[in-house]
Amino acid sequence: MAPEEIRQAIIEILEDIAPDEDLTSLDDGVSFREQMELDSMDFLDIVMELRKRYRVQVPEEDYAQLASMNSTVKYLEPKMVDVAV
Amino acid sequence: MSQPLSQTEQEPHDQSQTDSASSTDASLPMYDTVIIGAGMSGIAAGIRLAYYDQRVCILEKHTTIGGLNSFYRLNRRDYDVGLHAVTNFTEKGAKKGPFSRILRQLRFKWEDFGLAPQRRSRIAFPGINLNFDNNIDYLTSEIRREFPHCIDRWQNLLAGITDYDDLDQTAFEISARERLNETLGDPLLINMLLCPLMWYGNPREHDMAWGQFCIMFRSIFLEGFARPHRGVRLILKNLIKKFRGLGGELKLRHGVAKILTEDGTAVGVELENGNRIHCKRILSSAGLVETLRMCDATSEPDPRLAGQMSFIESISVLDKQPQELGFDETIVFFNDSNDFHWTPPAEGLCDVRTGVICSPNNYVYDAAEGKLPEGIMRLTTIASFDRWDELDEAAYRREKLRWYDRSLESCVRFVPDFRQNVIDMDMFTPTTIRRFTWHDNGAVYGAPDKILDGTTYIPNVFLCGTDQGFVGIIGAMMSGISMANLHCLKD
Repeated sequence: MAPEEIRQAIIEILEDIAPDEDLTSLDDGVSFREQMELDSMDFLDIVMELRKRYRVQVPEEDYAQLASMNSTVKYLEPKMVDVAV
Repeated sequence: MSQPLSQTEQEPHDQSQTDSASSTDASLPMYDTVIIGAGMSGIAAGIRLAYYDQRVCILEKHTTIGGLNSFYRLNRRDYDVGLHAVTNFTEKGAKKGPFSRILRQLRFKWEDFGLAPQRRSRIAFPGINLNFDNNIDYLTSEIRREFPHCIDRWQNLLAGITDYDDLDQTAFEISARERLNETLGDPLLINMLLCPLMWYGNPREHDMAWGQFCIMFRSIFLEGFARPHRGVRLILKNLIKKFRGLGGELKLRHGVAKILTEDGTAVGVELENGNRIHCKRILSSAGLVETLRMCDATSEPDPRLAGQMSFIESISVLDKQPQELGFDETIVFFNDSNDFHWTPPAEGLCDVRTGVICSPNNYVYDAAEGKLPEGIMRLTTIASFDRWDELDEAAYRREKLRWYDRSLESCVRFVPDFRQNVIDMDMFTPTTIRRFTWHDNGAVYGAPDKILDGTTYIPNVFLCGTDQGFVGIIGAMMSGISMANLHCLKD
C-alpha cells in the first residue's frame, strides 16, 4: 500500500469505530484523541482492526505512534508496503 | 488467536474425544473463550470477541437471555424483569461517557438502543423534596432552594466527582459517608443524595464505597435516565442479533456445573448434563462466589460474601395513564424518615420504609412511537432473601399479596394513590431474582467487595458483570467490554 492508500484504510477503520464522526474535516497533523476524543479502548480497536483486516501487528509499546493520521501513516508505511489494496 | 486448536492439541484434555464422530454435545469443538451467563455483560463481551474472529460460546443456565434484565409475557402483557431506567444517558453525538463508549465498542448506532430521556424524577423525604432531571443544573437549583447553606460545598463536591479517576483502586474503597460528611456536612442532604445512588447500585450495607458513589453519581445525576419505548427487549434483541451475526454461539439451558482445571489452569467446563466443553479461557458473569464454587468442589465459599441486598418488586397495571392520575414523574425515590437505612430487613420479609417507584409511561418518547398502551407503576422495596426462601408454597403466595399491599400503602404517601386503578399485577421476590440470575441470595448488585480487574486465582478464568464492579445495564455492558479487552483479546 502507498501512503495515500494507508490513509484511506485508517479512515475506513475510524468510520467503523466512530460512525457519528464527520471525518472529511479531519486534520492529519492533529491527534485523534484531541479531535475525536478517542480513548484507550478506541486505540485498541484501531490496532485490532489493522490486525483483522491487514494482518498487521502493532505491539503495545508502539501504540503512541498512532497518535495522529500523519504519524500513523508514517509508522505503518514499512509494515504495509507489501499489503495489497 | 482466531483459530481453534487442532484436534491433536485438544486431545489430552478431553476424555470424550472418542465420541467426536457422533457430533453430540460431548464432542463440541474447542472455543477461544467460553462465557458463562447471557446477561448484558456476557453478551457485550461476546460481541467484542466474536467481532475479532474468536470462536466464542455463551452458556446460559436459564431458558432465556438477559439475566436480571430479562423480559417475559404474562396474561397477554409484556413485562421487563428489572428495568426501571437505563442510566448514563447522553444525547446523540456525545463523545464522552460510558454510553457512547459502548456504542463505539460494540459498533452500534445511537438509534439502535432507542433511548427516550426521562421527564423528571424526585428524591422524597418527609416534608422535603429534591427534583432532578438529566441536566445537573436542575438538581443544583433544588439544592440551592432547600439547602442554601450547602450550595458552595455542593459545587466543590461536583468538581471533585468530575475529577475522580475510575481506575484508582485505593480511592475506590474510601467510605462515601465519611467523604460526604467532610465535603457537605449536612446529614439530611447526605442521606437524600445517597438514597437514589444506593438504590440503583450499592451492594454494601449502610455505607457505600466512594468509587461506587462517584460512578453512580455520574451515571444518574451527571448523565441521566432513559428507556427504550419497547423496554429492555429491544436492547437485548439488538445485542444478541449482533452477537449471532458475528458467528457467536449461544446455548440456553446450558448450566455450568464445574470449571475443569489441569495444573491450575482452566481447560473447559462441565455442564450440568455432564457434557464437557473445552476452551482456552473462561469469562464468567456468574458472580465471584458462584464462579469460585464451580472451580473447586472441595471448599464451599461462604454465600454471605455474595451480598445481601435484595428486593421485592411489583408491577401494577393501571386502567389509566399515570399522568391522568396526576403522576407525571419518571422515578421517585422515597424514604419516610430523615435517617436512611440501607440494610436487609432486621425482621420480617420486607422493609418498606424506603422504596423506588417508577413509571415507564413517564419518559419523553418520540411522537411516532406514542404512549405506552397501558399505565404501569413499578415499585421496589428492600427484602430479606433468607426469609422469603424459607416460605412454603402457600405462605409464599400469601406473603406476596400481603407485602404488595403494604408496599403500595407505604409509597402512596409520596405519590398519588393509584390503588383503585390497578387492573393487573405481577411481582417478583428475592427467590425469583435468584431463579433468573442464579446469584446467591438473589443479590441484585452482587458482592460488597468488587474485583475491579476481574481476575481470579485461576490465571485464565476472569469475572465480568456485577461482581467485577459495574452495575446497571450500561455498567454491565461496560464490564463485559472492558474485561474482554483486557483479558481475552490481547494474545
